[in-house]
Amino acid sequence: MLGPILETLIGGLLTGVLYSLVALGFVLIFKASGVFNFAQGAMVLFAALSFARLSEFMPLVIAFALAVLIMIALAYAIEFLVLRHLVNQDGIILFMATLGIAYFLEGFGETIWGSDIYKIRLGLPQNPIFILESVFPGGLLIDPSELIAAVICAAMVVLLAIFFQVTRVGRALRAVADDHQAAQSVGIPLNKIWLMVWAVAGMVALVAGMMWGAKLGVQFSLSLVALKALPVLILGGFTSIPGAIVGGLIIGAGEKLAEVMLAPVLIKTFDLAGGGIENWFAYVLALLFLLFRPQGLFGERIIERV
Amino acid sequence: MFYREVGQFKASYDADQAIFPIAQDRWFVIGLVVFAFVGVPLFAGQYLYTEVLIPVLILSIAAIGLNILTGYCGQVSLGTGGFMAVGAYAAYNLALRLPETNIILVFLFAGVMAMLVGLLFGLPSLRIKGFYLAVATLAAQFFLEWAFARVKWFTNYAPSGSVAVSRIELFGYPIDTPGKTYILVLAIVVVLTLAAKNLVRGRLGRMWMAMRDMDIAAEIIGIRPLHAKLSAFAVSSFYIGIAGALWAFLRLGSWEPLAFDVNRSFQVLFMIIIGGLGTILGSFLGAAFIVLVPIFLNQLPSWLGIPISTAMISHLEFMLFGAMIIFFLIVEPHGLARLWAIAKEKLRLWPFPY
Repeated sequence: MLGPILETLIGGLLTGVLYSLVALGFVLIFKASGVFNFAQGAMVLFAALSFARLSEFMPLVIAFALAVLIMIALAYAIEFLVLRHLVNQDGIILFMATLGIAYFLEGFGETIWGSDIYKIRLGLPQNPIFILESVFPGGLLIDPSELIAAVICAAMVVLLAIFFQVTRVGRALRAVADDHQAAQSVGIPLNKIWLMVWAVAGMVALVAGMMWGAKLGVQFSLSLVALKALPVLILGGFTSIPGAIVGGLIIGAGEKLAEVMLAPVLIKTFDLAGGGIENWFAYVLALLFLLFRPQGLFGERIIERV
Repeated sequence: MFYREVGQFKASYDADQAIFPIAQDRWFVIGLVVFAFVGVPLFAGQYLYTEVLIPVLILSIAAIGLNILTGYCGQVSLGTGGFMAVGAYAAYNLALRLPETNIILVFLFAGVMAMLVGLLFGLPSLRIKGFYLAVATLAAQFFLEWAFARVKWFTNYAPSGSVAVSRIELFGYPIDTPGKTYILVLAIVVVLTLAAKNLVRGRLGRMWMAMRDMDIAAEIIGIRPLHAKLSAFAVSSFYIGIAGALWAFLRLGSWEPLAFDVNRSFQVLFMIIIGGLGTILGSFLGAAFIVLVPIFLNQLPSWLGIPISTAMISHLEFMLFGAMIIFFLIVEPHGLARLWAIAKEKLRLWPFPY
């Protein structure tokens, strides 16, 4: 009994890492500009599409480099065409603007790259491996590509943490996140910082898109992954990078465990036509959590003054 | 020159507090409503009814509902589609199980059920604010969508999961042509709009706006947040539920939960942002805009005689739609209603410089 549960748990945790990767992009942008970037899912799709199509006729490394350049160009375009004109607007207006960006990117990506399902071949081992065969009968089944994704994700978090804590740019980013006006008045160029954050978020989206694309194939539904990352965000807190990671792990594991353990019970009691509670379980979990801690696990404490 | 309030004296409090204190406004709106009831049926064809007028009117109700919650009370909600689904399925089940029920009662029941569900999902708003709340309302959206797809009782054990309404009649009078449907929807819209306009002008509306502008300050001057926020959720969900029932019964006829997915929520949210947050007029302008733009974009290539594949058209539609939203937000973040207000302001002086 313990074996299958543990296996589900590990599978969930590894999927959770992929959620964290998407959530990480959200957090970066929210932290530095207070923009709730709904376009992150579309950016993941766009990056994955670019990479998949480019890698069809060039080596992976060059395709990756080109995709990075594309994401930087995209960040520049967004900053220049959209954000620059919306400085000082309400959060909801900026949020709506990112919804517009999401629509545009989904259409644009499929216009130039095509709308079929594309495969990303990263050369990762596909055969599942078994561990702990001595402890459990038959051992535990693990997908090695998910394991590698988890390692890459961990590496990215460490890199980002170093970037934020140690480098000059990272300090400027934290200053902007703290207070736009104060940061500007000590001479930090706001536009440049935003450009940089969107570019970094674009690269995170690229990595996330590659991982998800290798797992599911690159197609339109990839942009829906963003909807899965939202409960991760509120669980972990909008402004916390560790929060995105821990939140992703909790959501990933909770969701898979619920599907295995809770869904059969629900189906039996309410006579349902199939389970599929994955679609909302993460949200309800995050919602219940928020009732006790409104700013999320690691979010900054909300202090309000009149 | 023509649009001036000179000489219009308000001799009583009633006159001072009228919805349209300026006579020209009053006559314009009365004229518009009379035109909608009498003039439009004279020339409108099937296409105009089913593709333009009825969708715009029904979605306007949903937009008014969301505007009450988001525009007036400041609680961003992404659960509109879910609440519309509650209305649609509540109406379906009442009409199915008690076939004798008057259709107006069916729609009211849809509103009340959506209101109850809205109250339940509004409870977190007392603890959670801003974007956290917006994401939390997505919980309502996904949960409700799932519930209507999976719980067989709601769809009367239909094997395909899609349900249909057969014959709709009002006091024994069948509503079977687009023209009659239009008149029924229009009548409901007029009543609900009048109610909404008066609600937001009254005590309740002021409470909501105080909550929106600064909740802590509002609390300190004696507005109970529980009361204000939950009443906004209740009224908003009531409107959205009725809109959902109307959409299902009078627009779709047969539907499945997919008709009320998260894209519907975004669509209604777009309407109130483009139309103008915190204005009733904006709900109508936004609904008209969001319904008309895709129709226009679809027709554009054939008008210009450019041969494009349908897949390409749908991609271009996405792109143009996104670009237009960004453009509108940059040019006028306060929405179409604000443009209207500016035009009226200018019209007061026209043709004189000042």
